[in-house]
Amino acid sequence: MATGGADQSTGGGAPLIRFEAVSKRFGAVAAVETLTLDIAQGEFFALLGPSGCGKTTLLRMLAGLETPSEGRIFLGGEDIVPVPSHRRPVNMMFQSYALFPHLTVEGNIAFGLRQENAGREEIAARVAEMLDLTRLQGFGGRKIHQLSGGQRQRVALARSLIKRPRVLLLDEPLAALDKKLRAETQFELMELQRKLGTTFVIVTHDQEEAMIVADRIAVMNQGRLMQVATPTEIYEQPNSRWVADFIGEVTIIEGRTSVPGLVDSALGPLTVADHATGAGKTLWLALRPEKISMSGHRPAGEKNAVAGTIFEIGYRGETSAYKVRLPDGSLMKVSIANVNAHGRAPYAEGDAVWLSWPPDAGIVLTG
Amino acid sequence: MKRGPSPFNIVSVALGLAFLYLPIVILVIYSFNASQLVTVWGGWSLVWYRELLNDEAILSAAWISFRVAFLSATAATVLGTLAAVSLTRMGRFRGRLLFSGMVYAPLVMPEVITGLSLLLLFVALNVDRGFWTVVIAHTTLTTCFVTVIVQSRLIGFDRSLEEAAMDLGCPPFRTFMTITLPLIAPAIAAGWMLAFALSLDDLVIASFTTGPGATTLPIRIYSEVRLGVKPEINAICTIMIAVVALGTVISSLMTKRGASRRERAALGAQV
Amino acid sequence: MRDKRNPRDWGRRMVVLLPYLWLAIFFLAPFVIVLKISLSQSVLAQPPYTPVLDLTAGWQGLKQFAAQLSLDSFGLLASDSLYLLSYAKSLQVAAISTALLFALGYPIAYGMARAPKAWQPMLVMAVVLPFWTSFLIRIYAWINILQRDGLLNDVLMRLHIIDTPAAWLSSDTAIYIGIVYSYLPFMVLPLYASLEKMHESLLEAASDLGCPAWKAFWLITFPLSLPGVAAGALLSFIPIVGEFVIPDLLGGSESQMIGQTLWTEFFSNRDWPVASAIAIALLGLLLVPILFYERMQQRSLEGGRT
Repeated sequence: MATGGADQSTGGGAPLIRFEAVSKRFGAVAAVETLTLDIAQGEFFALLGPSGCGKTTLLRMLAGLETPSEGRIFLGGEDIVPVPSHRRPVNMMFQSYALFPHLTVEGNIAFGLRQENAGREEIAARVAEMLDLTRLQGFGGRKIHQLSGGQRQRVALARSLIKRPRVLLLDEPLAALDKKLRAETQFELMELQRKLGTTFVIVTHDQEEAMIVADRIAVMNQGRLMQVATPTEIYEQPNSRWVADFIGEVTIIEGRTSVPGLVDSALGPLTVADHATGAGKTLWLALRPEKISMSGHRPAGEKNAVAGTIFEIGYRGETSAYKVRLPDGSLMKVSIANVNAHGRAPYAEGDAVWLSWPPDAGIVLTG
Repeated sequence: MKRGPSPFNIVSVALGLAFLYLPIVILVIYSFNASQLVTVWGGWSLVWYRELLNDEAILSAAWISFRVAFLSATAATVLGTLAAVSLTRMGRFRGRLLFSGMVYAPLVMPEVITGLSLLLLFVALNVDRGFWTVVIAHTTLTTCFVTVIVQSRLIGFDRSLEEAAMDLGCPPFRTFMTITLPLIAPAIAAGWMLAFALSLDDLVIASFTTGPGATTLPIRIYSEVRLGVKPEINAICTIMIAVVALGTVISSLMTKRGASRRERAALGAQV
Repeated sequence: MRDKRNPRDWGRRMVVLLPYLWLAIFFLAPFVIVLKISLSQSVLAQPPYTPVLDLTAGWQGLKQFAAQLSLDSFGLLASDSLYLLSYAKSLQVAAISTALLFALGYPIAYGMARAPKAWQPMLVMAVVLPFWTSFLIRIYAWINILQRDGLLNDVLMRLHIIDTPAAWLSSDTAIYIGIVYSYLPFMVLPLYASLEKMHESLLEAASDLGCPAWKAFWLITFPLSLPGVAAGALLSFIPIVGEFVIPDLLGGSESQMIGQTLWTEFFSNRDWPVASAIAIALLGLLLVPILFYERMQQRSLEGGRT
């Protein structure tokens, strides 16, 4: 799949959700700018970006909690912009959970069905099913204030799923949980989504979370889509310096192509696998820290090797993050797994080292 | 702030409370004084309460005041709640600035001005003054207090609760009735009680807007007090204080137990 | 939120319209009438002023009406020193009372904010409770204490501080006592509210940076409580200027506050145009503080909300 276009179709079949040139302005501030995006049926889709990038606004427009200033939003081929929130077959799990404090767990979960005037027995059966699904059996009669954070999160999830929405919207659903619980819940969400087959759209500022749970990610910045692709593509083939820098760690080297496959930089000529770039244009080489090898002497047979001095070492447990000062004065980030059982890093600050990487490790960026 | 209070802090709070309560305590004690003279203690007695029970004028004034307070507080609660919802939930609408101006102004407007202007309105409209004009005047005065109380509750209210209800298929009006209203009920109740107490208390506006046959209790007490201290007035004041104190304590205990639990839950969910 | 496509729009409109109309009719419109009558002349009739606007006479009636309006009442206010003295006294009493309230209220509010968290709701209630009992009752309670054969003279004579009973009642002192007593909650509560939400960590940071506690109070605590000071001062000052009951029951007869003057003109002299002119002039006097207060309310209750 190409990585160039920010707005690309989902492949086969008509998309379930389609944003068509949607803009949203709050006064003079544009939260979302002429954005076009398709989401397929059954996808686990993530909207990822720094705070204030417009991702939550996009989600709220889908829920009907905000009206677009311009553009149309389709759900299953129907323009839903004129449909008020309470008539949309879309449900949302709120960041604050927004559990009704004056109702019990059951009352909260059943709330959506009660709005449809569902029968008493149907409600009871569906609530039981939801309690089961979210492992909340026996908590139905509790008041919200008697629950832990994790339990509240599950009540919120059950409440938003009970109407079997065509799309489940999740606004930073795990932000309030501590790290360990968050990691567990991420896998639970994925399992749930696979089991139900419902389309999930999640908003998150946590790139790791987006990469773990989502089939596809839309990276947003300042109301625009930067890249829409699978997690692997976003990490391995970012389409711009901004995306490369936003997702994970990266070192960016500026250069110019003279011969296809060779980039002239301040570090000398560097070999890249990408032959497509035209000669004479400024381009950037993005290098992920874990793709770089480090050794005490010049490695034989490597096309790309530079000498440097270790400037700083950050011990992280499983890996150590090195910053190496290069001859041109810049710093390169290198990540080395701490396979040594003693946990002692093989290098110390101030050591002279050689860095090398294979040609296909360098991602060539033109923007 | 959570650092412990210094001796100076303790003394100033204690003196402040003493200043606030001493006159009231003295008034209550002297209502049980058997002597006609205020300074001479003639032993404990209920004579002034008995006297009060036989005072037709005071009793009928009290009954009128009670009815005025009940009706105006109820009307003010409805209007004030609507005004608070308008100001917090309706966004911008035409004339909003004027509206909020009219809502807050009566809170500080000198009563003589409000009273005089209402009277002149009733005269201009050729309305006979009496019971209902006082009800209207008090409704106007107290609506603003209800608005401020309900409004501050609505502001502290997590908007996503309403959004969640609508997202789950609940239309806006029903959302207000099933989600918003139950959660702001303590503030509405507090607003009603404040409106009731203010109406029961008001002398100036009632004096301007009342007419024959609608003498409220404060008007009655005022005309008696102008003639000098009467132990009988102490007695009725004591009864009023007792009613207010009891009402306040019971209601605050009730709303505090319910509300604080809910608030904690709502807050906990937002962390 | 405002969805123009919502068919329930009329219902939403009613929510705004009902209180809007009520206040427009019973709060705003009366001021226009007061203004109109202040430009009328007093006559012995019912209603006791002229001209009366006769809308049935159409344009002619309106012209005739406009021709008869006069500034006589305002001229009277400006020329008779009685009124000017009343205004001056009202402003003086309000200014001094507000200063007294601040001096007394601040230590109380500060003490409350410093009290253990568990006590604070109780203390707030203790300050609010007297406010719920009748205003009139509280003034009356002071008559009991301040009158010539009242409790204060009794206590002072027993302690041999004074030999003959002093005349506390019917004096400016009594007015100040009554006002400070009645308005104390209006000063203490906003002050407490602004002091209470201040974080202990601010003072800890100041102390950590080498600032002694007394200095931290002036550099941190006090400046941050200024919104509370402004709220308390406005909530006291504005109504005190127009106060009627307290000076009437506790004050002397030698000089009147403007509220009393208005009352006398209206009820005793039955001069409605002059009473209205007093009200308009009083409103003009209070316009700036009222607008200031309005802005503060709008900011605190609607701040940032659109």
